[in-house]
Amino acid sequence: MNTYEPIIGLEIHVELKTKSKMFCGCPASHFGKKPNTQTCPVCLGLPGALPVSNKKAIEWTIMLGLALEGNIAEISKFDRKHYFYPDLPKGYQISQYDQPLCRGGTIGDIRIHRVHLEEDTGKLIHTNNTTLVDFNRSGVPLVEIVTEPDIHSTEQAREFLKKLHQTVRYLGISDADMEKGSMRLEPNISVRKTGEKGLPSYKVEVKNINSFRFVEKAIHFEIERQMTLLNNGEKPKQETRGWSEGKGITISQRSKEEAADYRYFPEPDIPPMRFSRHQISDVRRQIPELPDAKRQRFIKTYSLSEYDANLLTETRALADFFEECVKIGKVPAKKLANWIINKKPDMENVLPAALVKSILEAGNVISISDDVIKQILSDNPKAVEDYKKGKQQALMFLVGAVMRQMKGKGSAEEIKKMLLSKLQ
Amino acid sequence: MKTAKITPVTVQKVARLARVPLTKTQEKDMTKKIGVTVQYISQLESLPTKDVTETSQVAGLENVYREDEIDTERMFTQEQALANAKRTHNGFFVVDAVFDEK
Amino acid sequence: MLADFSIIELAKKMRSKEISPMDVITEIYETIGKIDKKINAFITLVDKEQALRIAQKRAKTREAARSPLFGLPYVMKDAYVTAGVRTTAASKVLDDFVPPYSATVHRKLEDAGAILIGKMNMDAWGHGASTENTDYGVTKNPWDITRSAGGSGGGPAAAIASRLAIFAIGEDTGGSIRNPAAWCGITGLKVTYGRVSRYGAIAYASSLDSVGPTAKTAEDCAHVLEVIGGKDPYDATSSPQPVVRYSGELQGSIRGKKIAFPKEFFKEGLDGEIRKAIVEARRVFESLGAVVEDVSLPMLEYGVPVYYILAPSETSSNLARYDGIRYGNERELFTQETKRRIMTGTYALSSGYYDAYYKKAQKARSIFIEKYTDILQHFDAILAPVTPGMPPKFGELLDDPVKNMMADLYTVTVNIVGLPSLALACGFGSSGLPIGMQLIGRMFSESTLLALGHNYQKTTPWHKKHPGVLA
Repeated sequence: MNTYEPIIGLEIHVELKTKSKMFCGCPASHFGKKPNTQTCPVCLGLPGALPVSNKKAIEWTIMLGLALEGNIAEISKFDRKHYFYPDLPKGYQISQYDQPLCRGGTIGDIRIHRVHLEEDTGKLIHTNNTTLVDFNRSGVPLVEIVTEPDIHSTEQAREFLKKLHQTVRYLGISDADMEKGSMRLEPNISVRKTGEKGLPSYKVEVKNINSFRFVEKAIHFEIERQMTLLNNGEKPKQETRGWSEGKGITISQRSKEEAADYRYFPEPDIPPMRFSRHQISDVRRQIPELPDAKRQRFIKTYSLSEYDANLLTETRALADFFEECVKIGKVPAKKLANWIINKKPDMENVLPAALVKSILEAGNVISISDDVIKQILSDNPKAVEDYKKGKQQALMFLVGAVMRQMKGKGSAEEIKKMLLSKLQ
Repeated sequence: MKTAKITPVTVQKVARLARVPLTKTQEKDMTKKIGVTVQYISQLESLPTKDVTETSQVAGLENVYREDEIDTERMFTQEQALANAKRTHNGFFVVDAVFDEK
Repeated sequence: MLADFSIIELAKKMRSKEISPMDVITEIYETIGKIDKKINAFITLVDKEQALRIAQKRAKTREAARSPLFGLPYVMKDAYVTAGVRTTAASKVLDDFVPPYSATVHRKLEDAGAILIGKMNMDAWGHGASTENTDYGVTKNPWDITRSAGGSGGGPAAAIASRLAIFAIGEDTGGSIRNPAAWCGITGLKVTYGRVSRYGAIAYASSLDSVGPTAKTAEDCAHVLEVIGGKDPYDATSSPQPVVRYSGELQGSIRGKKIAFPKEFFKEGLDGEIRKAIVEARRVFESLGAVVEDVSLPMLEYGVPVYYILAPSETSSNLARYDGIRYGNERELFTQETKRRIMTGTYALSSGYYDAYYKKAQKARSIFIEKYTDILQHFDAILAPVTPGMPPKFGELLDDPVKNMMADLYTVTVNIVGLPSLALACGFGSSGLPIGMQLIGRMFSESTLLALGHNYQKTTPWHKKHPGVLA
């Protein structure tokens, strides 16, 4: 039996959450809207309609490119990619071919091949004997991120995707919600004998994956499937397969007789783009602190453990909430971190100030009563003695003494519990 | 330059790619006419273009954008969007079932 | 007849209430009733009662009129979407298409108060030079109904020659305004690429398409261009160059203007009578004080191959949206000529051929720009024929792809480079058919071309002649 090494590349599509679509002024937010209620001549592909690029979508794509440490093109352009499909109203997709907005970049050890901007298609709903088409999504800005085939395990793929997802969310350019389809993954997978160099002569692209969990399962399944074929002396076919979550397998999607021929050419309706260094540094300035930098800073500035810093920087919202609380200044950062990690406050509804206040209050009860209890116990040796002899009333006396000392704060029940724990 | 002869097979392939349905007679006529056309345009081969960069647009414009704003003026109601369609259902356009992915 | 008057004369009469918008509409519909059955210029004629209703509405707000086009009936090549008015591009694929929006050029004309009365015949999608490649019957030349009116905009040109509208909007991708203007004996302006918004113009070849006026005279074209020109936020390729008051610059003397006479346009292949008429026009310009000099524009012969790579490639893309799902009918309804262009373009863009065809043509385009710039650095305009031959008999072009392509020899390079060009009548052949010439100018030099044309028309009678069909 040979041993094999998986070679995995990822193609990720992320819908940008701009207000308007990529090439027209229809709303970009389409989830859950009534079908075909957010269209215009442009995104419906009517005769004579022309595209005009959304500036923000371009800036955001550049921002993502910069965040991934890629090289932003000095000159870029859009191209037409042709194929016929009912969800593609113009018979071509406005995409980018040989001059993407960004080339290169990395996430950890994984190299990014390119990042480009294109338009989303409409949505198809399959019924028994017909297919229904909704164009609300048609023309929504879509960023495509393509990695080099640098991934060799499902774990690596998961780590990469988690990081990318986190970065996109930090930048605030997309919800990157897999279930709503605003982030879509297409791994391409092949395997080679361990120790071999060079890429295998085939690769299998897997579609229809709409959660992080499925991508791991799909990749795992494909690796096993391809290794089995190779062990039986067969070469896996170059093809597109779909992930079936129900069956837990990938299924061949009619491999085409002819290779796709997209007949790309430069989009004549959109003038080319040229970016000065100045413009690019303007965009760079808009990039917020990213997870890695934030984590390092949290560790350094707040003396947090790597583990805690990791948890607190999971999302930008959580990290910001934490820092808001720290800024108030009444509770030490470390204590805040513990509290937030353990109690997971509802950030939507609890203001940082309110959280700090409740920590302080809770903190008061505990610390004061602890000291007070010790003091009361040492001040009343007789009552302690009595209690130990079985006099329940002595306990009530001690509770009363604590309560007097605390000027009525704290519940009798709580104090009783604490006294008991010290008396045993 | 690759100026392959236009054969009926080429015509069939291109017709599929362009999604242009052809009858047998049309296919024959097309093989001839496209053959003549392609031969004619292949004259361009003799024009020296070494070190010449392409021009895709003559307007000389760059960086033409729109702000990220919603333009309700151009938006259609569902009824308007569907008005010219032959087949609709519950607010959707309808096509014969497609299952295979692009 | 009222339709013989210029736009500015009609505007004066309207303002002084000598005539009303209804008068013009009534006369025009009468002429249409008599003439159009002979020449078939219209695909869709707006209902007369509706046109009159709009005319009445205009009459009530006459005082507010700012544009000389106010209240005047006009037609458009059926290549523009017009909200509520059927738009076919002369193809059965769009036979029943009623657009839910309007082209910018249509909207601007409506805002100026002009009245749309019809959508005009053309070669389907712009694919042709004779208006024979149409699903709505050929348009006949008003000077000889056994011959073509030219194309692709045969309908609008024939309508202007026959006085079926005061002005028309054409669309020029490789000569579609100028060729029919020449063959119908009228004036047509192919504008600089980007001068007029293409939003709502049904795309033939996006990097070549231009929207321009067709009318009786250069002066009328100037008035129309003032209204339709300018930057459009819905067309990213429209130019921010300011729109000049073209009509105000017509009167200036053309003394000292330099005109180039490129010998490659006058080689064998050019009809003798056309050559003679343009040489005569050269003398007219000289007599008006212009300086005409012989120049050379090498590689003209590459224009047609370059055009017939770029235009079919782009059209194969632009026509991909017609899938019969959202509007229109099935793709099998494309004509044989349109299918040929779609397939030629698909072939030229397909894997393995892109570099040899499309990319090579885009390089040739750079060379053409350079060659034209070389000449236009020293000259205000280039004087050239529009077509190699006189209007052909039906069937002569359609069956011969090479002859069909060669009809565009003198016009296509102008689109490849994006320059403006004014086509106007410069005489008649022995058969009584009109002959046209074109004046090609620098980018955005429409005012120069229109002034040259206007000065020429002030001293020549050609644009005033009535075609036989009106007799």
